[in-house]
Amino acid sequence: MKKPTLIKVAEALAVIAAIGLAATPLALLTVRSLAQSWYWPRLAPPAWSLRAWRYVFSPTAEVLPSLATSLSVALVVTLLAVIVALPASRVLAWEEFRGKRAVLFALLLPVLTPPLAATMGVHSLFLRYGLSDTWVGVALSHLIATVPYATLMLTGSFSRLDPDYEAQARTLGAKTIDVWRSVTFPAIAPGLAVAASFAFLISWSQYLTTLLIGGARIVTLPLTLVAFQRGGDEAIAAALSLVFLAPTAAVAFSVARFLKESR
Amino acid sequence: MNFTMRRWLMLSPPLAVIGVLFAGGLALAAAQSLGYFAPTGENALTLRHYVSLGADHEIYASLWLTLKLATAATVISAVAGLALALGLREVARRSRTINLLLQIPLSVPHLAMAGALGAVIAPSGLLARGAYAFGFIQQPADFPALINDRYGVGIVLSYILKEAPFIALMTLALLARLGDEYEQAARTLGASAWQRFRHVTLPLAAPAVVSSSLMVFAFIFGAFEVPFILGRPFPAMLSVTAQQRYLDVNLALRPGAIALAVVSALLTAVLTWAYLRLTRALIGLERPFIL
Repeated sequence: MKKPTLIKVAEALAVIAAIGLAATPLALLTVRSLAQSWYWPRLAPPAWSLRAWRYVFSPTAEVLPSLATSLSVALVVTLLAVIVALPASRVLAWEEFRGKRAVLFALLLPVLTPPLAATMGVHSLFLRYGLSDTWVGVALSHLIATVPYATLMLTGSFSRLDPDYEAQARTLGAKTIDVWRSVTFPAIAPGLAVAASFAFLISWSQYLTTLLIGGARIVTLPLTLVAFQRGGDEAIAAALSLVFLAPTAAVAFSVARFLKESR
Repeated sequence: MNFTMRRWLMLSPPLAVIGVLFAGGLALAAAQSLGYFAPTGENALTLRHYVSLGADHEIYASLWLTLKLATAATVISAVAGLALALGLREVARRSRTINLLLQIPLSVPHLAMAGALGAVIAPSGLLARGAYAFGFIQQPADFPALINDRYGVGIVLSYILKEAPFIALMTLALLARLGDEYEQAARTLGASAWQRFRHVTLPLAAPAVVSSSLMVFAFIFGAFEVPFILGRPFPAMLSVTAQQRYLDVNLALRPGAIALAVVSALLTAVLTWAYLRLTRALIGLERPFIL
């Protein structure tokens, strides 16, 4: 059947919009990070320079330490979130029991309500136990947002897997560890990758929680970025934005590829 | 070990995290806003922090702004996201690149998106420079304020750029799973293009649009970064106002700031519930969550 022209035009517009939404921010930030004295009213940069990038990667600037803090917090939080979520999501997906709806509701609450109030309460708790302004305190506070997401997403992957496969493997004499390694893990690996990357991204992009719990003492990349955005050095802010979004884009891409291959 | 105990043992780690850090945090926040704030020696139950929020003009302005901007950004994102999903549906079936493409704005952090948008719409941004090149304006001050402005244009735009692709992705995923058999059946039965859209495609896509826009609304209502970068300090969105007061050097402002954060959390819960009731009444959706 032939498609009406109007629909063809609409589809073309949608594709253009999708390309624009993806390419424009990246292109703009790249140009800005390389532009030199790009003042009003010039439409294009008069000169190019690597100044911002040299600054970002200079060993004396504050960027590299904040990058290291962001990475270490996000990696540990991801690992913890997945470990905490795995057994529970298996139960939630495969078993029917009293209180299941209440548990799912409890998991949804932190996803749906703004985190600020709980963070303020946690801050007072951490102040009392010496966890505020510390790396450990910041990592713990990131669990509030990451654990519910990881649990709900892993519940989704387990529920697409038939629990009978495990039972069959066990009937055939496989040990628990073997069942996990050769049946369960391969089946939920894509879901695990997605849940882990989500946890990483959530922790990686926390700003306000880190600011309150870390008391500007624990400086992650978004805190440095905001300092430059508000300080007015546009080239460095743009370069930092690109560093900030590099892992998120990489994670999104690898998850998409991974899901494609495992299909 | 008995079966029930084993089950709850496996459930306990995430429940402990939620119980201690989320519920415990909320409870402590509530206690501090209700008159138990040690740093200033407050130690008796009082509603005065909530009462003074009710008498504060800045709070009303902030609340109104938050409601307005969150609603505007959510509605526009939902419509744009649905339009994107419908427009990309055919293409997405043939090539998976479309999904990857939509992932990109989704993976750009809000702070970076706000910065990139600022480069375009700021008074000395690319749009204003274009307007100057064409002779429409003489100087940056002639350009209409689109960031740090009264109406929060920059904030709403920034969220649309991030959330429309999100809603589109969720909708595309649902539509792909459902296939197009229902539409084919409607076509065979003689339904027009509009009838197929109105009575088949739209109801099929609705659960994804409703659940993802609900998440978007709840997120924007409590969000901080974008209004912090692209908004005004007064009146600011609720989270920004609460943060300003919480981090004020004057510790006596802190219980009021916590009270504001508690109010914002409660309002999100009420509005989420209202949204679910509304969508149920309007389109008869029982369970919008695709979980």
